[in-house]
Amino acid sequence: MTKAHASRQLILFLLAAVAVMALPILLQMTGSNSWVRILDIALLYVLLALGLNIVVGYAGLLDLGYIAFFAVGGYLFAMLGSTHLSDTFPAFAAMFPAGIHLSIWLVMLLAAAIAGLVGMLLGAPTLKLRGDYLAIVTLGFGEIIRIFLLNMDRPINITNGPKGISQIDSISVFGLDLGQRLTVGGFTFQPVTLYYYLFLFFVVLAVIISYRLERSRIGRAWMAVREDEIAAKAMGLNTRNLKLMAFGMGATFGGVSGVLFASFQRFVSPESFSLMESVMVVAMVVLGGIGHIPGVILGALLLAGLPELLRHVAHPLTAMTDGRLAPEILRQLLIALAMVVVMLLRPKGLWPAPEHGKSLNNK
Amino acid sequence: MDTLLQQVINGLVLGSMYALVALGYTMVYGIIGLINFAHGDVLMVGALTSWTIIVGMQESSPNMPGWLMLIVATLIAMVVAAVLNYTIEKLAYRPLRNSPRLAPLITAIGMSILLQTLAMIIWKPNPKSYPSVLSNEPFHIGGAVISVTQVTILATTAITLAVLMWLVNRTNLGRAMRATAENPRVAALMGIKPDVVISATFIIGAMLAAIAGIMWAANYGTVQHAMGFMPGLKAFVAAVMGGIGNLAGAVVGGIALGLIESLGAGYLGKLTGGVLGSQYTDIFAFIVLAIVLTLRPSGLLGERVADRA
Repeated sequence: MTKAHASRQLILFLLAAVAVMALPILLQMTGSNSWVRILDIALLYVLLALGLNIVVGYAGLLDLGYIAFFAVGGYLFAMLGSTHLSDTFPAFAAMFPAGIHLSIWLVMLLAAAIAGLVGMLLGAPTLKLRGDYLAIVTLGFGEIIRIFLLNMDRPINITNGPKGISQIDSISVFGLDLGQRLTVGGFTFQPVTLYYYLFLFFVVLAVIISYRLERSRIGRAWMAVREDEIAAKAMGLNTRNLKLMAFGMGATFGGVSGVLFASFQRFVSPESFSLMESVMVVAMVVLGGIGHIPGVILGALLLAGLPELLRHVAHPLTAMTDGRLAPEILRQLLIALAMVVVMLLRPKGLWPAPEHGKSLNNK
Repeated sequence: MDTLLQQVINGLVLGSMYALVALGYTMVYGIIGLINFAHGDVLMVGALTSWTIIVGMQESSPNMPGWLMLIVATLIAMVVAAVLNYTIEKLAYRPLRNSPRLAPLITAIGMSILLQTLAMIIWKPNPKSYPSVLSNEPFHIGGAVISVTQVTILATTAITLAVLMWLVNRTNLGRAMRATAENPRVAALMGIKPDVVISATFIIGAMLAAIAGIMWAANYGTVQHAMGFMPGLKAFVAAVMGGIGNLAGAVVGGIALGLIESLGAGYLGKLTGGVLGSQYTDIFAFIVLAIVLTLRPSGLLGERVADRA
């Protein structure tokens, strides 16, 4: 790489960084928060997709219940950051009259730890399974968690059942409440814009962690397990621990994004953690380019963003077709078609990882 | 005692529907090693097709006897499902037969969502009540109640299984299917065309799924675009439980799972003192799956096969 080439890359990178930073402000100036909101949700999906990429992309374990960890994080923050527990349990209310309301960073660590632990616990029974069985079992675990969230409002009301938990705290970062508008020098930052920067911070952090993991000893070991488990074992790798670590590591990303999601929406209910969401995240990873960070980000942005764009053009279509082509249905149609068509035309995704260091035949 | 008998009857009815769907999974998996996620949605298409036909016939010729309508609708739904599954295999699975393992699986999931979405567009998303065309007069056996629909389901399953057994064990096609499942390359050397066998497998599986879908619709009285997913998943669990690739195993697994679910739903509340109730029925299948795969990965009737990791 020449010096001129390197400096050109640096300039491009800086330009991209400025563009990413300025984007929500520009969108906000159009007068509507809905576009920034779409960006926020897209960033959350990027975070989820990066987490799942560790499990599916690096370690080659197809996890169809990934959204369960998102749910763990979301519900954890919902319980700690709302008055739900104090309202339900008198003993709890005696200790914490207004709920717990821990510092966000503490909750974040807690969510990462608990989600990681749950990830390893759910991963443990699946260690011996081959790819497609693993998919079904993880799908089942995801459904089990959702069914429990849905039904644990009786006999003891823990999750508030299908109604979900509302009035969750917004996040405060160093005394700055992201749920309130912030005026700096005459310019008002909307809460969605503030959240955008927080989410962006976590996405950058996730990219750095993923990138470092990919090039670490563990990352290489994961890829060895993915390519050929028996050979990896023969080379002295502890495949059991490696797989558990992949499940745990991927789950922490899910837990953290769950916390962010709960505080952003200020409401969680089992509906947000359906199987369709797990499938969505898998689709993002696979469409973008499995195991390749830029590809995964592209996949997440495309699948999270495009359907929203569609929503705006869909209204006349919906009216024309007597409600058959409602935006929700179109969105699902697009996702399904994307999954099938991309797999048929580009089985390695839109922006696949470069080929070096992989097995020669694709078996 | 009579609740026990009742739950057993319900379990057998549920189990025979699972068994028919599980057969489709197990045949496809036995031959090309793919979990056909869209199989449950073929069931849904069969059910919705029969709904359209029965509702149409009730309007155009109200004097037609119910059982005749049901037979006509079933035959047409079987043909539609067969054509659909044949097309899916040809367009979506065949080009990926030699690609990395994840690719066909993802395509199958995508296909499942695609079918559900298309069904939503064609039939609209609202649940529709399935007309009851058979007599509503139930039979009473020792305190338990069994409806005409349920008797029909059990009888139809028995006949279908007998036909399938004959097809697989006594015909040339069946021999070709068994040979391909055993060893595709050697089977091809013996003059069997693998593509023909695979297409035939998908067609037979789709017909069984369509029958099961109509049973499901008639038994529960509603049809909807999402109705196929859960039965599909559970039937897959049943297939794994019996030993995937094994036809008798699929039937045993299906009926066992039906009984587990039905008895579990009936007694879970009593056993746990009301802490866990029948709303947890849907998780039994997954717990059973995890246990079976941990303790006996080859299933109840499956042979121990070398790990194809």
